[in-house]
Formats: sequence, C-alpha cells, structure tokens
Amino acid sequence: MTFNNPAQRKLSYGLSLVALTLTLTGCPSANNTANAPDGGTGTETTSGETTTSDLSGTVIIDGSSTVFPVSEAMAEEFGNTNPNVQVTVGSSGTGGGFKKFCAGETDMSGASRPIKQEEIDLCAQNNIEYVELPVAFDGISIVVHPENDWATCLSTDELKVMWEPAAEGTINNWNQVKPEFPDQTLTLSGPGTDSGTFDYFTEAVVGEGGASRGDYAASEDDNVIVQGVIGDKGALGYFGFAYFEENKDALKVVPIKNEAGECIEPSREAIADGTYNPLARPIFIYVSKTALETKPEVKAFAEYVTDPAQSELINEVGYIALPDDIIAKVQTRLQSATVGSIFEGGSSLGVKLADKL
Amino acid sequence: MIAQTPPSPESASVAAERPYYPNTSWRYGLDRLFVIAIWSAIAIAIAALGLLLFDILLDGLPTLSSQFLQGFPSRSAERAGVYPALLGTIWVMLVVMFVSFPLGVGAGIYLEEFAEDNLFTRLVEININNLAGVPSIIYGLLGLFLFVRLLAPITGGRTVLSGGLTLALLILPVIIVATREALRAVPDSLRQGGYALGATRWQVIWEQVFPIALPGILTGTILGLSRAIGETAPLIVVGAVAYISFVPEGLQSAFTVLPIQIFSWASRPQQPFHAIAASGIIVLMIVLLLMNGAAIYLRNRFQKERL
Repeated sequence: MTFNNPAQRKLSYGLSLVALTLTLTGCPSANNTANAPDGGTGTETTSGETTTSDLSGTVIIDGSSTVFPVSEAMAEEFGNTNPNVQVTVGSSGTGGGFKKFCAGETDMSGASRPIKQEEIDLCAQNNIEYVELPVAFDGISIVVHPENDWATCLSTDELKVMWEPAAEGTINNWNQVKPEFPDQTLTLSGPGTDSGTFDYFTEAVVGEGGASRGDYAASEDDNVIVQGVIGDKGALGYFGFAYFEENKDALKVVPIKNEAGECIEPSREAIADGTYNPLARPIFIYVSKTALETKPEVKAFAEYVTDPAQSELINEVGYIALPDDIIAKVQTRLQSATVGSIFEGGSSLGVKLADKL
Repeated sequence: MIAQTPPSPESASVAAERPYYPNTSWRYGLDRLFVIAIWSAIAIAIAALGLLLFDILLDGLPTLSSQFLQGFPSRSAERAGVYPALLGTIWVMLVVMFVSFPLGVGAGIYLEEFAEDNLFTRLVEININNLAGVPSIIYGLLGLFLFVRLLAPITGGRTVLSGGLTLALLILPVIIVATREALRAVPDSLRQGGYALGATRWQVIWEQVFPIALPGILTGTILGLSRAIGETAPLIVVGAVAYISFVPEGLQSAFTVLPIQIFSWASRPQQPFHAIAASGIIVLMIVLLLMNGAAIYLRNRFQKERL
C-alpha cells in the first residue's frame, strides 16, 4: 500500500534519519548547557591563584605513558590558570612520541629514557632542535609475593642470573639463583619490550639495553604484573615505583644491593638522594626549540613544569621530585635553551644529573 | 495411488536384512540432548555477559555521577570526568555514520544489483570479504598515512575527521557485506514483477527491493557501528590523545574517545582510577545501547511498514 505513496515514504525516511541524529546529539547538547555554568569548578580547588593569564594557543604533548601522569597533572593545573591554552597530552610511548616529535608534529615529548642515537639523527634530519628537561625520578621496584621470606636482598648479579637471555628455559627455580634459596618455581613477569622501563632495567641488570630472556609474562599494563605477582608464591616482577606504592600491602618489595654494597629498599628518600641505585632513573620531557621560540604558551608551560613549586604535583602522581639543586640547573638549561642531550644517545645509567647538567 | 514399480530382488533382500525400527525413544533423546546443548550454549554466553555487567556495575556505579559526566580528565580520580571523551565519541560516531552508511549501502547496491559478474567485480568482492578480517591497527596505519598526513589540508591532521574517516573505512566491509546479503534475500520475482509493470531499474530497487532489504542492512550497520565505537588501536595510531582539557569544537579539532579514556584510567596504579574506568565503561555501554536502540527502532518501523 505504501508503494502508492512514495512521497509519504520519503518523508518517513527523512524523519527517521532526523530522529536518529537527534537521539545521538541529544545527550551532548543537554550536557553542554549543564556544563557551561560550572565548567570552571576545577579552578577553585587549586593553588589559590585566581589570576588567569591571557595566553592562548595550543600545547601538543605526546610520548611515554610513564611520563603521562606528570604531564597530565601539569596540564590540568596549568589549564586552570591559563584557560585559553589548549593542552593535549597523548600517550603513545617514548619511541612513538619521538617519532611524532622529530617529525615536528608535537611541541613536547615525554620520555622514560634519554633520546636514542637514531632518534637524534631523525630529529637532525628534520631540523628539529630540542631542550632536554629531566622532570622527576622513578625507581624501578622489584617485587615478590608477600609470603616470599627468602628474597631479603638481591644483587644486580643475582637479578642478571634470572633475567639474562641465557637464562631462557634453564633458570626456573629460586635455588638456581642462589643455593640457599628454597626449591620453589620462579615465575617472572615484567613490562613488554616497547617499554622504557624494560630498556632501563635490562641496561642496568643485564648490561645491555633490550637484552632479556623472552619467556617471562610480559605486559604493557603494569597492573597485570601486579596481579601476576600477587597470585604466585614464586613470582618476581618489576615496574615503576608508583605501582609498588599503590600495592604496598599486597606485595613485598625486594631491597637491592647498591654500588656501596648496602641493601636499599626503594623509597622516596633513597631514590631522590641516589642511594637506591642502579635502579633509580630520571624521566624527561623534551621541548622543541622552535616551539619555545615561536609559541609563548609552550614556553610558559615548560617554565611551569620546571618550577620547583610543582614538586608536590609530581609526588602526588607517584614520582619523586628532583632535588632543588638539580631543578635549578634544569631551569637554567631551559632559560638558555641549551639544545642536545647530555646522554649523547646513550643510557641514563650511572649518569649523575647534578654533574652533567 | 501412484503405481509402484515392483521392487527388485536385490533391494528386497536389503530391506529384509535391515527392517525399519522406529526407535523413537533414542531419536527423541537425541532431540532433547540437542536442545540441552543449545540452551547451555546460551546460558554460558549470558552468564559470562551477566558476570561482566555485574562486576562493572558493582565497581562503576558508585562513582557514576553528573559530575563525572560533566567533568574533565584530572590527576585526581575524584575530580576526573568523561565529558570530553563522551563528546569525542559522539562526534566521531556521527562522522562514521554519515560516511560509512551511504558509502557502504551504495557500494553494496552497486555490487549486488548493477555490477556485471566479471573478473573485476569478483576481485572486488574477494577483497571486500578479506578486508572485513583485517586487524584494526592496519586501518589505523592506513588512516595515519591517508587522512592524517596526505589529506592534512582537509582533515587538519590528528582530528575528529581523521578518526571518524578511519573508523568508517574499518566498518565499510561489514556494511557492504550485510547490504549485499540483505539484497540477495529479496526474491527475484519481486524485481521481475516490477520490470513487468514497466518500472525502471532504479524504481525497482528504490521502491521495492531496498525497503524490503533495509532491516537487514540496518542490522549490519548496527554491527559495524558497535565495532567502531569500541575501537582503540586505530584511533591511538591516528592520534586521539589521552588528556584533553577541551571538548571538540568541530571536525578539525583534537579529540579523545571513551575507550581510550577508559584504557588510560585502567592502566593507572591508583585504585580509584580503576573504579572510574568502570564508570566510563557504563557510560560507553549506555551510548552504545542508545545508538543501537535508535537503529533497532528504525528497523522495526520499516519492518512493520512493509506488512
């Protein structure tokens, strides 16, 4: 019967399409009006500073997921005092971040390790100069099951026995690591090979960045490693300090023998003063020099990030703020726009920031 | 009665060896067994879904508030909200819908009703069917190259438009295949009847075949859109960000979507973020249900209209 009336049919198509569109756009417009009056609720909760700047523009940040919480916290607070600056933070990994950064697509790049030689070359090819800014410390924490009463102190050599490529398929019991350890299956979990934590750990423990046994439970999500260690008496895993701090009660952390031969447990103090070595490492934000010079909002944001007043923010998101003397040097570095990397394409292992900056 | 040919001696002997036993209890037993098997299949599927929903609702409902819906991402889970991600998802899905539906249905109609059956169309068909199985990250790389880099002057780089177009590509094969299946299910007698009455090809397709096929096409579209709304990998490649302090203002705006926001929260060390990740999942589910509800409503309307 509707065959007789094409016009009516067309009308009903049209109406339905409009209805569909309205259903989908209905929610945002409702939210939009609701949001407008109290959009600034975040402003009062912070720093008490109510003066807002008239800076505007965009700050595009990408890079390491380890540095992401720091950049996010900074972007949030910065946004409260500079409401017209649009800050976006991506989380595509240290390597993925540098790819975009060296292509000139981003203003800043978070990195959980120093820039590598091939990335330096890539940036040079595209004439991207950068200022390297250490922003915080992280301590790689080695954790075991809470019922593990034998791993009271491990040396990097013992960790190497467990993690080196030669251990693959052969080292799978705790008593193979040290004869005094009980007969208990050793199950390892750790970050995947894309992670900066993995790079640093292998460099510090095995002696070569990226060299690790392959038969461990690898995960890009550190919460999975936490669960893996909680569920197995013979488990050992490693990840950033923030994950240990949040799961203190469910896990046991293993003190690591440092260069001086002392067994040191990762703590905010030990990481900041350098006694927790060699597993404490700096994390970085790289800023494009061109962006610093041409975009005042990028310069303002970089200054904001390196301001010692932000230490509290860094501690809040699970990292360890740099000591004041290092922050002062980082600030000088930013002010004078010193380009290049102090690590010259190498690792940050064993490098004393205070001397090199 | 029909005249029967007299049975040959051979077949008669076979029949004598194997007399017919109805054995009904065995056959009904099998019947019942099958019913039990399919019921347990459905029970397992529903139980898994139910458990998942229960777990998510348990974790996420307490933190689901209007402040959560209107809030921006934050380092503190109490203040964090999904507003930019929710709007980002809606923007991207609108792009996906307006691009993939006409393109997919158009391509399906062409291939099924107009294209001649030759080597070229068969090649196209095989490729479309294969594309439906390509991992989504590959579409992300395609989107990065095509929309973000090559068409940057139009899309503006890593924007809502690039993300939406990439996801539209991703679900095009699903819509094309569904459209073709739906058109194929329409009896040929209807087309021939139309031609017999003097209708043109276009009139036959638009007035008779398409309306009958529409419910099937919409089902395919629902499946496609449901896939697109949950995608993370291609959008990360295309450049959806993880923290954003503003909502998309247009097609050329930076954006994030709900799955990326949820992933970002779920991988945090702090427990409160895991709870708001669950709340984010509830929001995503509601958007998905609204979207599918609208499509199902349309489908039922067209089905009724036909009768």
